[in-house]
Amino acid sequence: MAQFRQCPDTGLFFHKEAENLMKANAVAGVVCLLIGGILALLVVLTRWPAIHLLPADSFYMVLTAHGVCALIFWMIFFEMAILYFAGSTLLRSRLATPRWAWAGFVMMVIGAVMTLAAIFGGKSSVMMTSYVPMRAEPHFYLGLVIFAVGALIGCFVYLGTLVVAKNEKTYEGSVPLVTFGATVACIIAIFTIASGAEILIPTYLWSIGYISHIDPAMYRLIWWAMGHSSQQINVAAHVAVWYLIAGVIFGARPMSEKVSRAAYLLYIFFLQLASAHHLLTDPGLSVEWKLFNTSYAMYLAVLASMIHGLTVPGAIEVAQRKKGLTNGAFEWLRKAPWGNPVFSSMFISLVGFGFLGGISGVVMGTEQISIIIHNTIYVPGHFHATVVIGTTMAWMGLTYLLIPVLFRRKMIFPQAAKMQPYIFALGMSMVAVFHMAAGTLGVARRHWDMGFAGNPLGFEYPATAYLLMGIAGVGGVIGVIGGALFCIIAVGSLVFGEKLQKEAGLLQSFGVPLADSAYTNEKPARLPMAPAEAVEADHGESGFEAPGTFILAMVLLVSFVIYYFINWKYLSEVWGIS
Amino acid sequence: MADENNTDEREEDENISPWQQIIDNPFLLLFIGVAMPTVFYTLWGVMEIASIPVAPY
Amino acid sequence: MTSLLPPAQKNWWAVPVGRQEIIWIAIALVWCLIMFFMMPLWHMYGNQNIPTEAYKVTPAKYQAKVNEMIEKYKVREETAMKIPVVAPPDGADVYLLARLWQWYPMLELKKDVTYRLHLNSIDWNHGFSLQPVNINIQVVPGYEMVLNITPNKAGEYTIVCNEYCGIMHHAMLGKIWVKE
Ligand code: HEM
Ligand SMILES: [Cu+2]
Ligand SMILES: [Cu+2]
Repeated sequence: MAQFRQCPDTGLFFHKEAENLMKANAVAGVVCLLIGGILALLVVLTRWPAIHLLPADSFYMVLTAHGVCALIFWMIFFEMAILYFAGSTLLRSRLATPRWAWAGFVMMVIGAVMTLAAIFGGKSSVMMTSYVPMRAEPHFYLGLVIFAVGALIGCFVYLGTLVVAKNEKTYEGSVPLVTFGATVACIIAIFTIASGAEILIPTYLWSIGYISHIDPAMYRLIWWAMGHSSQQINVAAHVAVWYLIAGVIFGARPMSEKVSRAAYLLYIFFLQLASAHHLLTDPGLSVEWKLFNTSYAMYLAVLASMIHGLTVPGAIEVAQRKKGLTNGAFEWLRKAPWGNPVFSSMFISLVGFGFLGGISGVVMGTEQISIIIHNTIYVPGHFHATVVIGTTMAWMGLTYLLIPVLFRRKMIFPQAAKMQPYIFALGMSMVAVFHMAAGTLGVARRHWDMGFAGNPLGFEYPATAYLLMGIAGVGGVIGVIGGALFCIIAVGSLVFGEKLQKEAGLLQSFGVPLADSAYTNEKPARLPMAPAEAVEADHGESGFEAPGTFILAMVLLVSFVIYYFINWKYLSEVWGIS
Repeated sequence: MADENNTDEREEDENISPWQQIIDNPFLLLFIGVAMPTVFYTLWGVMEIASIPVAPY
Repeated sequence: MTSLLPPAQKNWWAVPVGRQEIIWIAIALVWCLIMFFMMPLWHMYGNQNIPTEAYKVTPAKYQAKVNEMIEKYKVREETAMKIPVVAPPDGADVYLLARLWQWYPMLELKKDVTYRLHLNSIDWNHGFSLQPVNINIQVVPGYEMVLNITPNKAGEYTIVCNEYCGIMHHAMLGKIWVKE
């Protein structure tokens, strides 16, 4: 008999097994973020020219570990927690086959430890991309494969849970939007992991001498089918988290279920094609292949993101206006709970992802513009805006939400928690913007010394480039402080936070089940459909429900257009290539 | 368990748009989400790389 | 908490969409199409397009081709390592080789003349990053790429490697001089 408990504050139901899996995965994720953050400090202090902390060999080792730990392990562990939350808690369903889910979790932990051991062994400094024929130690690849199989099991447990929920009729009508978003993330994850297996298993066999040759161009093609798609898991999942937090904090309902879900459907069709933007300057791929894929088939997935960019804040605006915050275009936003880190993290994630990460990403993924950006430090600048300001901050907001609800602990240091999102966002925006700027001056990514020590030819980047990398270094230190604050608050709350429920002991914070007294055997009541709205009242001006959001969206569009054409202008000035 | 009305449900099913039926079916979505990039990105890309000619010298 | 609940209508697809969303979707779609068509348009009217000409090649064969070119067109040597500098005739095929950790040989080109620049690596991936113009091309071992390049300004240019290629990656440089 499945056991459930209901959170007295939010009314959410937690299935005992699912709850512990969420905790274990979320904690493992935060631990990986912590390691990734410490490594980030070493990396950023080395790329700060005036400090240049590490020697070359440790720099490349630490950079490999930073990429793997932060991008792969932190993201995917946390995504597993989100899947279990969206499948079990939001649908009021028991989790399908919890034993398999635990097996998956254990495999992910083993895989992660194995790969990190290979990296810190010092002979696998190949960057997370591990382009052949550069060779890492076999257990570098094997660890990644084991990790990926573990994650794949998690995806199937999630799909199984959808089936259970449907069969046991735990909800009425269609699944909630947030769960639908998680389903999209899960689907993208399955393609991602399949591609990963397709390339990493042969590469593992090659590393132990079983296969003699792996084609370097094919490797890049398939590796990026995994490497970029895994970023699309993040996008689909963090958009779902935006909707989730908007729903929890404001009681917001989607402006239109049809529009939001259709946008997600566009993700399923087109989002993963964009892996091609990593190969725009590669040899031999045809123009047709590049154009179709890099543009997500005519930018239809960008269209989808622009839609979410309107409907998420729009939903918040509508909810706020309903509460009477109707003055001017922006009262709803001014009077939002900026001191609540759940909201501030989420909203910064939304704005940062759109303005910094989204615009730069689409521009650099333009076939020809890639020429002036490929492999420069512009690229890390861009993806720290997407994956750190965007995804990581969304996860942070969700963590603040879950500390009382899931872990049943009161958050420690509430004042520090108020500041944390702003500190982190300030630092990471500096990293993103100044890396991008240095990239336009040609500074290379994954590069130990922009002074080229040891080469008699000599070349000096302009002094501005050194200055920009220095400012990015300052930003990086601020970002690491913000990230450390998050880890201290999150882990500290689990250990020292006031118990909101007597059963929530120390071990219980890390995945050990609560005592039976916390649960009942009673099946939760069926999840009802949202209450029908009295005919869409007009809350905004001139028949617009969310005029403030529309203005913000237009500001985004104008910035986008200007920045896009500026880059064409830059491109037109370089040597002719044909 | 909340009361349920089966006939009611079935009746509504019939008017549901095919788009909604696609969106409500995770396994169909899974198929689309895997098939699209496999065909357009991976298979097409593999064919392109495989058909690069050998240098003429 | 309505985004956490199933939609209010069983058949939510039939609920009409608000005017605001429709307008935004229309604007965004137009912008997406403009961005898409910029790329083929630039292929027709722009001067910077990555060509698709590429060949499979073995390191030995490519190395031989490079040596042959150096023999024909070498004009001097540079640095203590005596790296050859090649001044190919107008419009010639120029073979540039990437290897750990060097761009080989160095080139002397003329402004406003178009050359067929061949790029290949004989070991790992490298990144051709021409500074200070900032042209960046991936160099993949086993695949020779041919770019028709037209320098548009005289001066000394440096090729940086911007694909990580091991411990001396940061010291991998090459030179191109462009003369009036
Ligand atoms: C906490 C603050 C962080 C700072 C200061 C920071 C800084 C940096 C720096 C300086 C680089 C090296 C750029 C280069 O030389 O190519 C880098 C690379 C990278 N970072 Fe971060 N980072 C942070 C957090 C994160 C997080 C949270 C993620 C992922 C969620 C992440 C993902 C990556 C990835 C994937 C790379 C590229 C590794 C590679 O090139 O293989 N970073 N980061
Ligand atoms: Cu190199
Ligand atoms: Cu290199």
